[in-house]
Amino acid sequence: MNSPSNEAITQYKEARPPPIASVGIIGWLRHNLFSSVSNTILTLVSIYLLSIAIPAIVDWVILSSQISGDTRFDCKVEGACWAWIDQRLGQFLFGFYPASERWRVVIAFILLFPALIPWLTHGIPGQRYLRWFSVAYPVIATILLAGGFGLQEVPTDKFGGFMLNLIVGLSGIVLSLPVGIVLALGRQSKLPLIRWFSIGFIEAVRGVPLITLLFVSNILLPIFLPPDVTLDSIIRVIIMVTAFASAYMAEVIRGGLQAIPSGQYEAADAMGLNYWKSMRLIILPQALRVSIPGIVNTFIGLFKDTTLVIVIGLFDILGIANAMVSNPDWLGLSTETYVFVAAFFFAVCFSMSRYSMWLERRLARQRH
Amino acid sequence: MDKRKINNPDNHARVIEIEGLNKWFGSFHVLRDISLSVDQGEKIVICGPSGSGKSTLIRCVNFLEEHQEGQITVDGLELTGDLKNIDAVRREVGMVFQSFNLFPHLSVIENCTLAPIWVRKTPQAEAEELAMEYLDRVKIPEQAHKYPGQLSGGQQQRVAIARSLCMKPKIMLFDEPTSALDPEMIKEVLDVMVDLADSGMTMLVVTHEMGFAAQVADQIIFMDEGQIVEQNTPTEFFDNPRSDRTKLFLSQILSH
Repeated sequence: MNSPSNEAITQYKEARPPPIASVGIIGWLRHNLFSSVSNTILTLVSIYLLSIAIPAIVDWVILSSQISGDTRFDCKVEGACWAWIDQRLGQFLFGFYPASERWRVVIAFILLFPALIPWLTHGIPGQRYLRWFSVAYPVIATILLAGGFGLQEVPTDKFGGFMLNLIVGLSGIVLSLPVGIVLALGRQSKLPLIRWFSIGFIEAVRGVPLITLLFVSNILLPIFLPPDVTLDSIIRVIIMVTAFASAYMAEVIRGGLQAIPSGQYEAADAMGLNYWKSMRLIILPQALRVSIPGIVNTFIGLFKDTTLVIVIGLFDILGIANAMVSNPDWLGLSTETYVFVAAFFFAVCFSMSRYSMWLERRLARQRH
Repeated sequence: MDKRKINNPDNHARVIEIEGLNKWFGSFHVLRDISLSVDQGEKIVICGPSGSGKSTLIRCVNFLEEHQEGQITVDGLELTGDLKNIDAVRREVGMVFQSFNLFPHLSVIENCTLAPIWVRKTPQAEAEELAMEYLDRVKIPEQAHKYPGQLSGGQQQRVAIARSLCMKPKIMLFDEPTSALDPEMIKEVLDVMVDLADSGMTMLVVTHEMGFAAQVADQIIFMDEGQIVEQNTPTEFFDNPRSDRTKLFLSQILSH
């Protein structure tokens, strides 16, 4: 205890750097891995388990594996047999799309990047023009994939493999966000009819498994369409997947809307902004930002659900894999096959997850 | 009650006219038979205990709250459910809130240019120039490109004032603008408000800052239980309060 002094401080103390042991690598290790006895034990056990698992995995996947051969009988190794990839990769990627036309799919895939990137980040040169390109992209991609305008027509029942997952998944992702926003706003509408419709749609769709929706799409969709219109099965799947994901999306965004303080609505009203402008400029940018984890979660779920197209007779990458593991030439290679398929989904879903974390960090930085 | 007409022999410059206003929240009668008129350039300070309806009253003026009975006419337009009139009135009436309500996802200057650009259709360059002019006036031009979360409470409230002024309103409403501020920041906001009052703005201010009231108010209104208990000039109000409730209120807030 200092004794009280009659003099005020005239010289303030200088700020000092923190003690060495609390910063840097040593500080990080101490804080995160060895902060207590139980934490230290946990760290050591984890290191031990990893030291067993990682060499075993590397050995199976790479060191003791074989990549050449015509049938499984050529594989004479302990590890994985990757020999089938050489023969079957085309089918895994493109399904039954004619081999001579597969370059069109590759071009459509390459063009996807300039179409997507201007919406995912800021400060791209020519961003405005690229966004116009994005608007045209669905038309360009459809022509490239399905044919027409001098390109040989490819019926959609030839679509398959991972290309089909990407088509259905990306269409669903791009469409379910705006539909979800409209449903979320509709659910909060002051107009009872709009509110009831939104609630009815969300609850009805969310209350049914997607697989059921896909089954009934054959029966249900024609009811809403003119009698002479028949829908392509891929379009039907996209509609059902979009409807399903947008019901979830609407609830995720509703959560975001509820996180916005009422003062934001009042400030927007007091300035004379009308409903749509205040939603577009004030409320949604904040609500969507809060909802990013939930939105991306829904996207990831949607993307993995594209494997369900198998129930209506489409062969996505998992369908092709199922067909291959029952092929006598490659019987018994299910581990290799499904690991290979899983790697595709993991790559896409993990990228989405990392992107959302990056986006959250970037948006958070803006505010502080 | 005829005192309010003293400044206004001819009705020319009357900008707010409230007649027989009644409002309920559910079954709670929050505003009871309020009548009030405000002339152009007049500064009115509204005070009273919490729950007396003072905030609700000024929030009725730009229709943030809907009234059930009575007439409110602002700048010649009557406020009914008619969205056109509401939007027209809101363009002419600025509001400053207790909790600032800046838009956290927009920079200071974007906060200020948003309504001029989207509501008044001002070209962006012109709106930015205007915004810098008002940010200068509230003495924080150097913060223009920061985000609200990076500013102190006093700075945020000054931005909120500048944001409202960018719409060039005829009337400014202040809903307890200093109640959420640290003591050291109250003065910087009040200084801006005094400056604004000196420039001739019509102001309705809900506040407990009696020093401010004494300095700028033309009229002080004391409200209790949803009614105007007393309305007077600052000198009369402080030196010679007429109702016991007013005396009690003044003794409570001026005792330290």
